[in-house]
Amino acid sequence: MATAIDSRVQEDVLRTLPGDAVRQMQWRFADRYDLQMLVQAVREVARGPVARLVAGGARQTHEWTPAKNALLEEFDSSGITAAFLDAESGGYLAGPKNLALALIAFELAWVDAGAATASLAGCLALSPIHERGTAEQRAHYMSLCAPASPGEVRKPWRGAFCLTEPLPYAGVDTGMLGGKVSIAEWKDGEEPVLQVEKRGRFITNMGFANFVTAAVDSGDPRIAGSCMVILEDGDPGMFDRGSVTRKLVHQLSSTSDPIFSLCVPASRIVGGYTVKDGRIVPNFNHSDIIEAVFARTRVTVALMTSAKLLSAVEPIIRYQRNRFRGAEQIKAGSVRYEQGLQQREDALHRVVDLWAMGEAGAALGFAAARAFDELDPLEKEKDRLQTEAGVRGARAEAKWLKGVWPAAAESLHRPAAVATANNRDKDVLVRYVLADSVAGVLCPAAKLWNTGTGANAMREALSLMGGYGITEDCPGFLTYKWMDAQLEATYEGPESVQRRNLIVTMTNDLFLAQFGVWMVEMRRIAARRPSTGACIVASAMKLWMWALHHLQNSSDADGTKLYHSARQGVTFRLADALCWLLASRQQILDTMELEEKAAANAGEDLQGTVSFMADLCHVQAARAAGEVGRICAELVYGYNRHPVWDDPEHKGCFLGEELEAWEAYAPGITAYALDVIQADGSHPEKAGPCAQCGENSAFQQLRNRLDLCLTGSQLAKDRAARALATVMIPEAPDYPR
Amino acid sequence: MHIVVCGGIVPDPLQTLEPVATAAGPGLKNELLLPAILDPWAGCALHEAAHLAKQCEGSRVWLVSLGPKAKLQQVMMSLAQKAPFELVALDGPAHGFTDAHETAALLAEAIVSIQGLDRGRLLLFGGWESASRGQGVTLQMVGERLGIADQFQGVDRITLRDDGSFEVMERVEGGRHLVSWCTGPPALLGWATGERAEPRNDPQMGMKNMRTIMPALQKATPVSLAAEGLSYHDVRLPLQQRQTRIVKDMPPAEIALEIFDWIAND
Ligand SMILES: Cc1cc2nc3c(=O)[nH]c(=O)nc-3n(C[C@H](O)[C@H](O)[C@H](O)COP(=O)(O)OP(=O)(O)OC[C@H]3O[C@@H](n4cnc5c(N)ncnc54)[C@H](O)[C@@H]3O)c2cc1C
Repeated sequence: MATAIDSRVQEDVLRTLPGDAVRQMQWRFADRYDLQMLVQAVREVARGPVARLVAGGARQTHEWTPAKNALLEEFDSSGITAAFLDAESGGYLAGPKNLALALIAFELAWVDAGAATASLAGCLALSPIHERGTAEQRAHYMSLCAPASPGEVRKPWRGAFCLTEPLPYAGVDTGMLGGKVSIAEWKDGEEPVLQVEKRGRFITNMGFANFVTAAVDSGDPRIAGSCMVILEDGDPGMFDRGSVTRKLVHQLSSTSDPIFSLCVPASRIVGGYTVKDGRIVPNFNHSDIIEAVFARTRVTVALMTSAKLLSAVEPIIRYQRNRFRGAEQIKAGSVRYEQGLQQREDALHRVVDLWAMGEAGAALGFAAARAFDELDPLEKEKDRLQTEAGVRGARAEAKWLKGVWPAAAESLHRPAAVATANNRDKDVLVRYVLADSVAGVLCPAAKLWNTGTGANAMREALSLMGGYGITEDCPGFLTYKWMDAQLEATYEGPESVQRRNLIVTMTNDLFLAQFGVWMVEMRRIAARRPSTGACIVASAMKLWMWALHHLQNSSDADGTKLYHSARQGVTFRLADALCWLLASRQQILDTMELEEKAAANAGEDLQGTVSFMADLCHVQAARAAGEVGRICAELVYGYNRHPVWDDPEHKGCFLGEELEAWEAYAPGITAYALDVIQADGSHPEKAGPCAQCGENSAFQQLRNRLDLCLTGSQLAKDRAARALATVMIPEAPDYPR
Repeated sequence: MHIVVCGGIVPDPLQTLEPVATAAGPGLKNELLLPAILDPWAGCALHEAAHLAKQCEGSRVWLVSLGPKAKLQQVMMSLAQKAPFELVALDGPAHGFTDAHETAALLAEAIVSIQGLDRGRLLLFGGWESASRGQGVTLQMVGERLGIADQFQGVDRITLRDDGSFEVMERVEGGRHLVSWCTGPPALLGWATGERAEPRNDPQMGMKNMRTIMPALQKATPVSLAAEGLSYHDVRLPLQQRQTRIVKDMPPAEIALEIFDWIAND
């Protein structure tokens, strides 16, 4: 008869690794078959041609080889290239594309993030045109970039995005532009001709780009401010692709340091221009455009790192299980043979940590992508209303939008009202400002946290594979992935840039109001599903809010303001802490979604998967709470000066004789007082009288509460570890295919 | 040409397939949680069908599949991108332990009720066996029930002629092929691997296919397989032995020699 290995099949134990059905529910595309198909198409490219290239050693050179170049055609034929495009320019996905691009990045980076970069850098180049270009620019370049339809003989155009310049110019500081645009010729009544001088550093896709969107500053009194211009290979002048970057990461993408000295018509200014008093005034400066572009494209980068973490789980489990097989002393069927390294608690616990971190990052990244999918149409509506209202310029816009803030804040506390014709416009604006304030936090948070902590986690992942981990042959290409993660933390704005963004967006009142609502929501979930660790997250959110408020209103021991953009030691670290919370929260929300959808999806027994995911949430929540508690405590206490023994006023301690005098009124006080300076000047051997929390006692209570909330979290970790030891994994890796 | 392809779904072969006893008889451990694919033999049949349909204008291709609806839907996400076809879905169990007679009866019934199908022009395609239990009998029985007498099994190639007849190349013993001429449909072809590589995914085609596939899935007829009188005494996987050794840059001749030695000494 068929053998049931585990006759006590426990229904709620993780049985297999999460498959597509699970991911579709968690990341909310269970009802989007267009995206489900896209995932399959991308996966075939990733695990086929991309994986074969990596396995074949294509990453050993930073040159752009024909084999690497062939990937571009794979991207075209599998629909990856066209996924970014709107229907009128040859695209096939309706509506906003953020989630679609996020899924592409995730699937490609599951195997190799360089391939993801190569495919997405084209979108990055087009994004300035897509977001801020004129209608003609959009129509022209988007359709040039569309892959040829069947029967059509045409090579699609490819683009590069050129902001970064040779030192000492644009890097993190995007304002320090060395690239210049001036007027070469301006005949009366004709379109001015521009001379563009731009040098790039580390520019992706440069090996083959047909056009470049480049950031330049005015080098001519007749041009106002900065702008982005479109440069084409073939424009008169020099279009030098430059020397190849000798990069050690993402070798399946092409990177070099180009030099441009070109004459182009002024119509190439992205978004167009107006002529005012004989000067060319670009409609958008380069910073405006870059803001709009990066706000979206950084999400995909965040997901590249999370994909790596999750992709590492299966190879590590396989390595652990097979570790001792084949040794003469280890007989088949013995515990060592069957379980290998998974006999050891630490080996399992560390995989649990890695997995939990990967889930949290993916949850946050996909949530950010969805937030932009929600925001995009609202933004279009907002733009329309803004034009109708005749509001012009960033300042005026901000003021105009602030007008709906009270209504937006109020809407958080009442059930969604039905939009009527009268309030429809206002409703759109309310929804826009709310969505915008959240997206403005989620994007930098995901980019910062997923890549930064992800890179650290990848190092841990590697060490679980021992020596194998740092070889080219490591299954799952983990060694490459570890190094690649560092690039993801750097390009499109390194961590400091994300932190700089966050410290502004996270203190937006509308965001904080929503954060307050989220806190209550976490408690509600905790009441229904305590095992998710939602209560920990809620307590940690409360602690963070308290710390933020406190730091915004306090000074350090020298009287200098604490929460200030120049005080990155305070602000940046609070931003770091927030990211842990956002990731953990989203992981819990995704697990709740999975639970709900899986229950409705009869036929597939996913209860075990749900319980396991809840355990991962719990583990991650505890870890997040630890980080948040540590950071907040350092900041709240750390800027006070520690009491000293030789303080002239003897603050924080007693004098021996003083105590003796008090003894008469409060008998026994001497026995309780610890920080006492005796008559001979001696005192307990320590740094000084113990610091008191003083006005921060509320913080102390919150922190205490948070620590107590960790109760049970390690039981969850043990459960998750047990699941890892029994979960069924495929017999062999599914890539390279 | 009206081509109907019968194809079931099977667990992805990379997965660990472990027979277990369930309340409803033998099954595979965690089968419903494992990723599924279209049975590879049927996959070859579908690719051949699409290729053939492209050659004859006015052709239609249907895929008739019996399996759990949710699983079928997952499989369609990639399959719909491979070839244009219309889906006829039957919502029921699909595993290696269903009764081929019952399955064949349900498939035949579904084919009979396909609207617009001209059975006089019918080419019935499928795999000559399946990757689940490899009984290799289902398709013949479907053909018998539809009264199709011209049946070919282990097919690797079909070549159409202008007069509507065609040439079929089947595998026979000893690594040889048998070539036959058939005057025209209706006929049944149980495909071996065929000659066509798996087409690349084309999401655009997928989107088009999905417009009919999703409604077809929604109205998939629920069917149950009673398996009356069927019982299994013993279920086990074929014994397999995997000995892996990683060698780099070994010339093919040496590899062949080593395999020869290994077989000779076995
Ligand atoms: C493979 C690769 C591909 C790339 N592709 C492109 C591309 O296609 N297009 C493009 O335009 N660019 C591209 N880049 C450039 C990339 O975006 C920049 O390298 C990145 O933005 C950082 O700039 P930088 O190297 O000048 O670092 P720097 O500006 O020198 O920053 C280094 C570090 O200094 C500190 N720092 C700097 N400023 C601050 C601050 N204000 N506050 C606090 N700390 C600070 C931070 O620790 C920061 O990480 C690519 C880079 C690489 C490596």
